[in-house]
Amino acid sequence: MIDVDIDQLSFTYPSGVAALQEVTLYIGAGEGVAVVGQNGAGKTTLAKHLNGLLKPTSGSVRVGGKDTRRFSTAQMASWVGYVFQNPDDQLFQASVKAEVMFGPLNLGWEKKRVEEYAARAVEMVDLEKSLDHHPYDLSPGERRRVALAAVLAMDTPIVILDEPTTGQDFAGVELVGRVVEELKSRGKTVVAITHDIDFCAEHFERTIVMGGGRVLLDGPAREVLARADVLAESYVEPPQLIRLAARLELGSAPLTVEEFVAGLKRSWIEGKS
Amino acid sequence: MIRLDRVTYTYPGTSKPALRDVSLLIPEGQFCAVIGPNNAGKSTLAYAMAGFIPHFYRGALAGSVTVDGKDMRQTPLHELVLSVGLIMQNPFNQVSGTKFTVREEIAFGLENLGVPREKMVERVEEAMALVGIGDLAGRSPLALSGGQMQRVAIAAILAMQPKVLVLDEPTSQLDPIGSKEVFSVVSALVAERKTTVVMIEHKLEWVAEFADRVVALKGGEIIADGEAGRVLGEDPRVIEAVGQTRYSKAGLRARQEGLWPAGGRLPVTLEEAVEGFQEVRRMTEGGGRRMGID
Repeated sequence: MIDVDIDQLSFTYPSGVAALQEVTLYIGAGEGVAVVGQNGAGKTTLAKHLNGLLKPTSGSVRVGGKDTRRFSTAQMASWVGYVFQNPDDQLFQASVKAEVMFGPLNLGWEKKRVEEYAARAVEMVDLEKSLDHHPYDLSPGERRRVALAAVLAMDTPIVILDEPTTGQDFAGVELVGRVVEELKSRGKTVVAITHDIDFCAEHFERTIVMGGGRVLLDGPAREVLARADVLAESYVEPPQLIRLAARLELGSAPLTVEEFVAGLKRSWIEGKS
Repeated sequence: MIRLDRVTYTYPGTSKPALRDVSLLIPEGQFCAVIGPNNAGKSTLAYAMAGFIPHFYRGALAGSVTVDGKDMRQTPLHELVLSVGLIMQNPFNQVSGTKFTVREEIAFGLENLGVPREKMVERVEEAMALVGIGDLAGRSPLALSGGQMQRVAIAAILAMQPKVLVLDEPTSQLDPIGSKEVFSVVSALVAERKTTVVMIEHKLEWVAEFADRVVALKGGEIIADGEAGRVLGEDPRVIEAVGQTRYSKAGLRARQEGLWPAGGRLPVTLEEAVEGFQEVRRMTEGGGRRMGID
């Protein structure tokens, strides 16, 4: 099983900005983890260490026991897929089909397997009809889905999503949610960096709050997302339903609408608040 | 004031109109939010209100657009910028790329308007303070994070103090509290300066809380227009197109359990949800009755 073991990781950009300071984290295989926090908290810098795009200034990152300093990003590509925040940083092929097949072909898979996985990835993001289109002829939201499919096609055990819901409309956010659920059901590790705290509550069991290059809080979503005080330090508010439950003094931290209504009933009808 | 009268617009080289027979009257000092799925025509509407259509994007424009008393077709862009400011969806497209510091970048528009130096310094400092980027004043505008650059783009337009402010997804790259702050800054401009605001947004919670009016677009047409509670509450076409706040979803689910009045409107904001559920609680305590059904 491919896990992620980050020990005392610090990273300073050549400009002198210390983006990460002594971050220690363990992410087990198959976990769903959301990383939240203000602009400039170090979220993307952390994520770029998971696939070796960045190497630690000090400390270490081990993916499946392998120290990322000893492997190139290309070598790590079979373990870790990284969907960029801005699809224009990622896409470069002349058609959606070529884009989605590029990764698996480079992993050295045989053509039949590449085609099978590419087809499945394109289906997951609902772009079957755009296979022969040039990615830059598509809308920004569709380009984001192409970028997602290109990573899904590589079938990596770890998938990193950098701001997957930014610039997506309602249907796009729902689609990303379905992709996350499917990845989790297949036992993949999914790490998402997100500002969308309601999305985070509904799809990830664990939440990491970052601020000023450090981990401020790390734990089960239900506990972390109810800590309004720590979240505020990093410019984040609890999800809508948790705020509502707190104002109503229900004594629960609901992550979904179902949980909210169950909490209402417990508190009001059975009087257990 | 913004007036669109039966506007239909088709981009060059396309056959399907991006806007279809859109009529809208937005009075001075109104905060109007525009919501809708991708490809609904939201950015096109913003371009039409800011004069990018027809001055930059040619295409076929029918109907008329009047902003601050100026007819778009008759008024050159350099005159329009005195009335209307557009904050573009992608801040990287908006910064000039010719300035070495954030402070100079924000002064760029004012320089072009020939604003006297003292006045310029004052307005630049004020705009930076409004969006909380005073500490970035000496940084290069091209070496910022997405969120920081988005704030710079907003400040650059605010400094020009347009009577009409059009914002195209101005919070897409901002952290949650930063997004809420943009809504409150804009809301304060509406209250204090009677600025007319049109803001395209996906963040329904803040749209519901801050906007005076919500216009929903789909397929280039207006599918709903009115006060937030009415547009976002339970119009099935709007829900299908843009979803709902979690408060509305919670109200809907609670209603199925008899914990929200059957005929009552669904809450769209936190305050409406708190008040509504507290009312339900008083009633259930009163007679032990569930509401609406049973």
